Amino acid sequence: MLRSAATRRVSKHEAAPSFETSAFRALLRMRVVHGCGHRSNTMTDPIKPQSAQDVEAAVQAALADGRTLETVGHGSKRAIGRAAQWDGTLDLSALAGITLYEPAELVLSAKAGTSLAEIEAQVAANNQQLAFEPMDFAPLLGTEPGRGTLGGMLAANLAGPRRIKAGAARDHMLAFSGVSGRGETFKSGGRVVKNVTGYDLSKLMAGSWGTLTVMTDATIKVLPRPEAQESLGLFGHDSVDAGQAMRLAMNSAGESSAAAHIAETAVKRLPIASLATNGRSVTAIRLEGVPPSIAHRRELLRSILRPYGDIATLDEADSQALWRAVRDVTPFAAAATGVDRPVWRISTAPTRGPEVGALLTASLGAEVLYDWAGGLLWALVPASEDAGVASVRKIVAPAGGHATLIRASAAVRAAVDVFDPQNAAIAILTRRVKEGFDPKGILNPGRMYAGV
Amino acid sequence: MSNLKMPEVEQSVLSRRDDIVAALRAIVPGEGVIATEREMKPYESDGLTAYRQIPMVVVLPDTTEQVSRVLRYCYDNGIRVVPRGSGTSLSGGALPLADGVLLGMGKFNRVREIDYENRAAIVEPGVTNLAITKAVEDEGFYYAPDPSSQIACSIGGNIAENSGGVHCLKYGLTTNNVLGCEIVLITGEIVRIGGKHLDAGGYDLLGIITGSEGLLGVVTEVTVRILRKPETARALLVGFPTSEDGGDCVAKIIGAGIIPGGMEMMDAPAIRAAEDFLHCGYPLDVEALLIVELDGPEAECTHLMTRVEAIARGCNASVIKASQSEEERLLFWAGRKAAFPAVGRISPDYYCMDGTIPRAKLPLVLQRMREMSEKHGLRVANVFHAGDGNLHPLILYDANKPGELERAEAFGSDILRLCVEVGGVLTGEHGVGVEKRDLMPAMFNDIDLAQQQRLKCAFDEKGLLNPGKVFPTLHRCAELGRMHVHAGKVAFPDLPRF
Repeated sequence: MLRSAATRRVSKHEAAPSFETSAFRALLRMRVVHGCGHRSNTMTDPIKPQSAQDVEAAVQAALADGRTLETVGHGSKRAIGRAAQWDGTLDLSALAGITLYEPAELVLSAKAGTSLAEIEAQVAANNQQLAFEPMDFAPLLGTEPGRGTLGGMLAANLAGPRRIKAGAARDHMLAFSGVSGRGETFKSGGRVVKNVTGYDLSKLMAGSWGTLTVMTDATIKVLPRPEAQESLGLFGHDSVDAGQAMRLAMNSAGESSAAAHIAETAVKRLPIASLATNGRSVTAIRLEGVPPSIAHRRELLRSILRPYGDIATLDEADSQALWRAVRDVTPFAAAATGVDRPVWRISTAPTRGPEVGALLTASLGAEVLYDWAGGLLWALVPASEDAGVASVRKIVAPAGGHATLIRASAAVRAAVDVFDPQNAAIAILTRRVKEGFDPKGILNPGRMYAGV
Repeated sequence: MSNLKMPEVEQSVLSRRDDIVAALRAIVPGEGVIATEREMKPYESDGLTAYRQIPMVVVLPDTTEQVSRVLRYCYDNGIRVVPRGSGTSLSGGALPLADGVLLGMGKFNRVREIDYENRAAIVEPGVTNLAITKAVEDEGFYYAPDPSSQIACSIGGNIAENSGGVHCLKYGLTTNNVLGCEIVLITGEIVRIGGKHLDAGGYDLLGIITGSEGLLGVVTEVTVRILRKPETARALLVGFPTSEDGGDCVAKIIGAGIIPGGMEMMDAPAIRAAEDFLHCGYPLDVEALLIVELDGPEAECTHLMTRVEAIARGCNASVIKASQSEEERLLFWAGRKAAFPAVGRISPDYYCMDGTIPRAKLPLVLQRMREMSEKHGLRVANVFHAGDGNLHPLILYDANKPGELERAEAFGSDILRLCVEVGGVLTGEHGVGVEKRDLMPAMFNDIDLAQQQRLKCAFDEKGLLNPGKVFPTLHRCAELGRMHVHAGKVAFPDLPRF
């Protein structure tokens, strides 16, 4: 009752902005009075700001009352991160809409709660794309596909197979404004692609999982979509040989935009009939660009990769389907493997990938999918109380890099470190950075690390 | 030079100078500590030579341990430190302080490891940008960011400034090409961030350090990404009767889905200066000259050259010339790359600005700049990284004529304010330093700036590293950390914040 009444009030006042903020504050006070301030898991009763000003009011109210907030967009990545508890939920999905899109300037600005699908559709209509290929966690997590917001994408620093060529969300985030845990609205960056004015706080926001600032608006760089693509496939290689083949390709003038290796067991779960029925492992290299360039590079790579046996060419449609599957790790989709089998995401030096993968398989019985030419490992491990955390950390540490537990039950995520534990120096810096933005620890505390 | 206010000199530090020099000599023996005014003279300024200051003492460490001990000593004794790479900053980022240690990183000049298999190189911060490419080019690799000063500027300085270059539209800035670093905090603590893998596990501290202008820590090692050199590169020289036509052509090239390896524009005064200097074949009867470079396989370059030529013709291009050989391509570039010295020939002094604007605003900005040129009575020539909107107006003046320097500075400030007014930013690649420090409020309000400074506090709560740079007002960290929450309530909760 309370919520619907309150929501009506807010939306009514949206037409009359001069009252909006005070109305929203009144709403917040009511909610506190009526008992939303107690500690509860907050699937119910989210606070749903209609404007950036509302967000500021909500954070100030939480600050005044000493309540912690979980920030969500569509909630599509809610099951990722440490299983912590928050006093309230700030639902940013109503902060939606593209506010500026200038294809010739390569920039797009939108409110943080804008649907990523909407943004991707809009830029695709202008033959542009988010070059970092943000993944959709839906298949892995068994949630509704196509959900997710701009803010969530940035906060999780998403990237897909093209990461090795085009970077991650961090590399394409140009500016933002938001509300710090101090309840203050601030901005950083600019709406141009080249800017070194002041600290690059966008980098800090990318991958901070909402623990520093509630972003309300952001500007990202958009780039032309390649005219064409195809992929080359090698078959039946183990991860060590595949790693070498991918390195040969990446170190050549072939300008591959992605390189991945999918083992036999996982190949059977790919949505590309020719690969799934073939049954052998696939090592795939993607070529994108203008057709004459692709043709030239195809021949170059074919000659370099000749020692690896037959080479198949996947046409545009199959290539797209393959890389979408790699991007979203569909061979380990909840629907295919069961949602209770944990999945780790490991970033390491490309040459160390196969060795890390082999050790994970030997010690945990993990199935491993390699992206980023061997530098990104998705490891599917048997269900257990701790997702094999000790073994994973022990194997990844000497290779260098970091491991994040992406899929696991809340109980497991409460029991183990989801993000890589930090050394003392980094942990201190992390805490101090957090204190600078959110001194009272009210924004998503504990989502990444205890006490942060 | 004109009214630059630096942090007040700590007399209590200066009065202990002899003890401080002795203590530093105990950490860095021999020639590593320079304390005579004559020998410190070369360090009195960086590339922004209008600002000069002899430091209290120059220290040139050659190990990370020495850096750590020097910083720890300074931290314990409340001594300010200004880090310096090659000293090519154009914004005064390495301007010394009278009561500060100038920490020169030039002895960190070794390439530590080249790992072709992981396409990474580990180098010390004093290695020059070009030296990284030189170290890997025999194997067909290169380091992509290529600031014009690449023969001299150091990779440590590139990290401090997040340097770009003519190829950054396609290949990214420093921040997109650095994988890891070792930094020493002001407390002397040595911290390693990143490595040969991609992305951080926690907060992206590497992303924050890149572009932090030496205010957060001292970089002692850098891991960069190296790339396979493109097979070929070809350049197209295109002249236009108006800058509008040139701007239109750039927008249409990008609109056609083409991201050239480089895309540079020059205005009439810059074209004439370059042509008179180097005779590189630039047309003199055009208002705007565009150099478009396409790189990749031969087949791709040829295909895209044809398309770019067609686009240029549709944009009223009066001259179109494609490079027919590597020599000719380099000649096309020679004029652009020598634009600064070329302008130096036609004027006793020039002042190089560095704003970024939304590209569509170029004709407006050039028009307003002509008006400002009349108002300030000074000529201006423009070179422009056209792909990304980064504008380098060169203001021509004569420092020997009373008042011209001040007028050049005022003109420069007007230009940068104009950049912000049209939706751009104060600096695209040269950094804020001391030069644009006092213009920061044109872009950021007090809350924005305070939040940035709180990040500084997380790394350097005593404010000893490079104070007086970037931020127009120095705040004590205790003051910045204070929350205006009283008795559990935010003060004036109903007060509009802006």
